[in-house]
Amino acid sequence: MKKNIKFYSGAELVAKAAIDAGCRFFGGYPITPSSEIAEHMSKELPKVGGTFIQMEDEIAAMGSIIGASLAGVKSLTATSGPGFSLKQENLGYAYMAEVPCVICNVMRGGPSTGLPTALAQADIMQAKWGTHGDHPVIALTPAYLEEVYELTIKAFNFSEMYRIPVIILLDELIAHLSTAIELPDKDLLVIKNRKGPTVKPEKYFPYDTAYGDVPPMADFFKGYRYHVTGLSHDKTGFPTTDPDLVQADQERHIRKVNANKGKIIDFEYYKMRDADIVIFAYGSTSRAARVAIDKARKLGIKVGMMRLRVIWPLPEAEILKLCSKVKAIIVPEMNLGQLSNVIEKFAADRTKIVGINHVGGVPIHPSNILDVIKEVK
Amino acid sequence: MAFDYEKYLRMEKIPHLWCPGCGIGVVLKSMLRAIDNLDWHRDDTAFVSGIGCTSRAPGYIDCNTLHTTHGRGLTFATGIKMAKPDKNVVIFSGDGDATAIGGNHFIHACRRNIDMTLIIVNNNIYGMTGGQHSPTTPIGFKASTTIYGNIDPSFDICLLARAAGATYVARSTVNNGRTLEKYIQKGLANKGFSVIEAVSNCHTQFGRKNNMSDPISSRKWIKDREIPLAKARSMKADDLKNMVITGEFISEESDMERWENYNRALEEYTKAYGDLIKKVKKKK
Repeated sequence: MKKNIKFYSGAELVAKAAIDAGCRFFGGYPITPSSEIAEHMSKELPKVGGTFIQMEDEIAAMGSIIGASLAGVKSLTATSGPGFSLKQENLGYAYMAEVPCVICNVMRGGPSTGLPTALAQADIMQAKWGTHGDHPVIALTPAYLEEVYELTIKAFNFSEMYRIPVIILLDELIAHLSTAIELPDKDLLVIKNRKGPTVKPEKYFPYDTAYGDVPPMADFFKGYRYHVTGLSHDKTGFPTTDPDLVQADQERHIRKVNANKGKIIDFEYYKMRDADIVIFAYGSTSRAARVAIDKARKLGIKVGMMRLRVIWPLPEAEILKLCSKVKAIIVPEMNLGQLSNVIEKFAADRTKIVGINHVGGVPIHPSNILDVIKEVK
Repeated sequence: MAFDYEKYLRMEKIPHLWCPGCGIGVVLKSMLRAIDNLDWHRDDTAFVSGIGCTSRAPGYIDCNTLHTTHGRGLTFATGIKMAKPDKNVVIFSGDGDATAIGGNHFIHACRRNIDMTLIIVNNNIYGMTGGQHSPTTPIGFKASTTIYGNIDPSFDICLLARAAGATYVARSTVNNGRTLEKYIQKGLANKGFSVIEAVSNCHTQFGRKNNMSDPISSRKWIKDREIPLAKARSMKADDLKNMVITGEFISEESDMERWENYNRALEEYTKAYGDLIKKVKKKK
């Protein structure tokens, strides 16, 4: 008999994985459909000596996790569409000041208050472009409960490895789904922690590129006494308006993720070997796609799936390859084409892109996808 | 012997960006003397701020310093303090930063009574952005967005802090550096949330538009309106309009009416959370 099998909900697994990844601070604000994550954290964090705080608003929650992380404590917040909008300014701050932290956005319909309790994949582009200015984005899209646990741990690892806020884009359906799953052995988990300075405080610069594109990060109160700002800054952390320094720093930010893309991008192929129609999917819609593919295969249609576990950065090379190989790419999404618009750019007339776009809050049914497969065949 | 400010300053960052005659320097110096009096270690102390002229103060202090987003300094500071409750956390803010865009964070930090000290330099104006009116610009005065005279009523920062639950609240002005030092020191020593309002001059943006464009006349305008709290108590409300009431609004010795205490925090927040952890662990 397998050990470690228990009933979990998606929200519970985000909390559990966060704590197993070493998260000891949660700053949150109630918002449907993500509040269960805060509730679990409020219950579990005190047991391990961690801190839960319900802040006065979404903005404050985001600020608090950046503060805690600077003080050396891995931090998480959870939110949903409108709250994610409110967090954007401080999220931009975390990108700019390179403060590791994790934001779990349990997506709901929008814009505005939209559909608070219904399924949507509305924030694919908000995650990419929500804050002003340029910065790299790492965003993960789990589709299964096991994956919620695995990818939440990965989110913390990426944030620590690359000094960057990492976003988990969780479908409402996955957050609220409960099922029995087997969790991996805790001793076998790979947990990454930020690299601290190896030099004495006199020799330390918080954004010293002599150590590569991810500078070592000193936690506050460890004797390094440095300055952090959201203004464009030089390697000392103090503001600069020197055009060359600002340009170089912004480019480094992009590079630190782009150069490590190979370690970050993460996708799965399903029945792709002979496929000439491909479903390009992520999150819960990929589960409907899987059922549709199995049915289509029984009808002799050669259809497969490329499923993203990490949605940003995109596996661009693989998508390009796909575009010149298959006759159609079907992109089912719970939005009006946020990702399919991007795929269309890659395709550039080499293949047909067909979106299946539902924003009514009702999951895309396998039969919806099967119908489209039959149409494009 | 003269006080050695250099011990606490990042001298390579001097000269500072504030206008000659700005009052923020007086507040900064009062703060440095206060932390020296308390023997606070620089490694164990964080200075946090939002955006604005005052929010540039942390950059000059040789401690762990954090310059955040507009109005949000308190939220970052709360994260730091909750993560490391045994460390010192001080926040610098201006009137616009603390009571307009950061107003929500301000009242909630007071409510929690978390052991941090907030210094608000109130110069009645948005200085850095070019002199727009703030929630403390007096009625009738001019700003770049109230050229016909301000009609927006002001907040009383100290009464706001007191009502919201801060456990040490005091106001002085940049004309009284020693008093500021004393109040700041008491605020830093208070095991709870402390608010010190330092009324200051902005002759560049506020003074220039209101016929007091030099630091002397701007500070005299403040000086002429200073009224000690004890004296204000016996004055008529009409005579207190646009005056600067100075003193300790909440302190251990303050004579608050008993009914005003009914909703005050019983405990400092990080201690209350520490006790909660102990309770939960014991149950487990």
